[in-house]
Amino acid sequence: MPDLLEVVGLTKRFGGLVAVNNVSFTVRDREILSVIGPNGAGKSTLFKLISSFLRPTSGEVRFKGERISGLAPHVAARRGVVRTFQETTIFKNMTVLDNVVTAHHLRSRASLAGFYFGSAAARSDLEAFGASADEILAFLGLAAMRDEIASNLPHGHLRALGIAIALATDPAVILLDEPFAGMNYDETRRALQIVRKLRERGITVLLVEHDMSAVMNISDRIVVLNFGQMIAEGTPAQIRQNPKVIEAYLGVEDESIGL
Amino acid sequence: MRTSQATTVRIIASALFLLALLVAVPLLIEATGRTDLYYTLTSVALLSIISAGVWITFYIGRINIGQGAYALMGGYVSAILVTSYGMSFWLTLPLAGLFCAAASVLIGLPILRLRGVYFAMVTLVLTEVARLLALALPVTNGASGIVSIPLPSGISFFGVTLVPDFATLANPRLAFYIVAVLLMALCFLSLYRLAHSRTGQLCQSLQQNEELASSIGVNIAYLRVIAYALSSFFGGVGGAMFAAIAQSIYPSSFTVADSVNFMLNCFLGGLGYVLGPMLGTFVLYFGWDLLFQTGEFQLLIFSTVLIVLMLALPNGLLSLAIPRKRSV
Ligand SMILES: Nc1ncnc2c1ncn2[C@@H]1O[C@H](COP(=O)(O)OP(=O)(O)O)[C@@H](O)[C@H]1O
Ligand SMILES: [Mg+2]
Repeated sequence: MPDLLEVVGLTKRFGGLVAVNNVSFTVRDREILSVIGPNGAGKSTLFKLISSFLRPTSGEVRFKGERISGLAPHVAARRGVVRTFQETTIFKNMTVLDNVVTAHHLRSRASLAGFYFGSAAARSDLEAFGASADEILAFLGLAAMRDEIASNLPHGHLRALGIAIALATDPAVILLDEPFAGMNYDETRRALQIVRKLRERGITVLLVEHDMSAVMNISDRIVVLNFGQMIAEGTPAQIRQNPKVIEAYLGVEDESIGL
Repeated sequence: MRTSQATTVRIIASALFLLALLVAVPLLIEATGRTDLYYTLTSVALLSIISAGVWITFYIGRINIGQGAYALMGGYVSAILVTSYGMSFWLTLPLAGLFCAAASVLIGLPILRLRGVYFAMVTLVLTEVARLLALALPVTNGASGIVSIPLPSGISFFGVTLVPDFATLANPRLAFYIVAVLLMALCFLSLYRLAHSRTGQLCQSLQQNEELASSIGVNIAYLRVIAYALSSFFGGVGGAMFAAIAQSIYPSSFTVADSVNFMLNCFLGGLGYVLGPMLGTFVLYFGWDLLFQTGEFQLLIFSTVLIVLMLALPNGLLSLAIPRKRSV
């Protein structure tokens, strides 16, 4: 399988702190790759670098061989690399449907002026966006809530809406930062199901997650960060037995690796 | 079906309102002899256009207290083009708007990165900078300003007079009133279209979460500048009209206090409603005038009432008439 995404010597400094330190790994097409590590290890920073929300101090990220780091978030999104947010980030005063319809921006054929004056391209875009949004909402089990104001949704559904928004951009790679945080056992199981179905849609998934049993269960490969450095990379079975990983985790909190 | 019916109702209501402004109001004014009201109502119409510009910046999530700068700029551009270059006022009107839009792109590129109170503060300073520039630049003629601007000339097309020369009119006030009302109609029509199009939805996405908007591929820097340019266009057109009516423009024609008022008009009317700036301007303008009799207490009472109103109706006066809080 060809490498879809290449992270090459990626480093990010915040003043004296090196949040991400010379990290290199690759992601294959349609892989589910998880990034784990203790709090403050640099996982979110790594995701922001990959999605061009942050400019690397050195190193770069390549998508299909082309550099996508250090550009701008909307440029990375246009290429097909889209992140979701750690917090519940949505358009909170719009309806659930409007959230997803709005997020179809990258699929527009009409221009801003076209949408303003209601050109033919704009009308066919709007029709397509509506249909696609309904499909995405059904896919994520949100169809019943389509006309709710987004801020009224319960927590678990907000996460799903975050994913629905990202899906609307028709991404090749989706970066999910702690999508299962605050979910109970059942909600997590359902969310895992969704992540698997993302792959079935042909999407490559990068995941940051603390829920170790979930990570071990779903990942093809795992990258482990500690104090900004990549200390291990491998299949779940390999990571479980890696002494460096066990040390890093046992040093911070017991049992969190779910051994 | 429901929505198309509602649209029809809206179109009819708007047409009736416009007809009332263009026919009934002048008839009433002539009948009662209160011709001073022409000037008052013209002012309200033009101020509501300038405030509508501020509303657009609210629409992308920015508090704009600098609209006076563009009104002043528009006034000067039109005045200079008419007096120094002999251009027809009707040509200078869109040019003033375009000049302000272009200037606002240059100003907006750096300052639109700021949010919240930081953006608000910088725009507040902008009006003062505009005033100082008008005082200092040779082309604006310093503190004495530009005076004796000729009234708008006529427009004829193949010998057919479309717009009469205002200098030949018996009642130029009525003519200005008609022009102001038509411009206001055009302005709010374009605002309505914005709020009900996908372009407006994208602006809303900026207002609600810029990071998320950029994550879905919206070029937020570009969209912000476009919205700000449109906002400043309205400021410039309004300012140019004021200069033409007063036949003069001074550095103090639009001050920081005016900029604050343009923002308050939007707040008072309701940020979630297209007609918010229009109603807000009307109420604020006449409210201030009505309180004139209270003399030294005018400002005190006025401010108190404003504060109470905003506390009681945080979504603006229009939330009384249209209580359901859906976006626009
Ligand atoms: N914008 C920033 N400015 C300064 N320091 C930051 C910034 N963002 C993150 N950090 C620091 O970088 C380190 C890694 O943070 P983060 O990537 O959020 O960790 P994780 O997601 O693995 O918990 C932390 O020490 C954090 O305090
Ligand atoms: Mg994090």
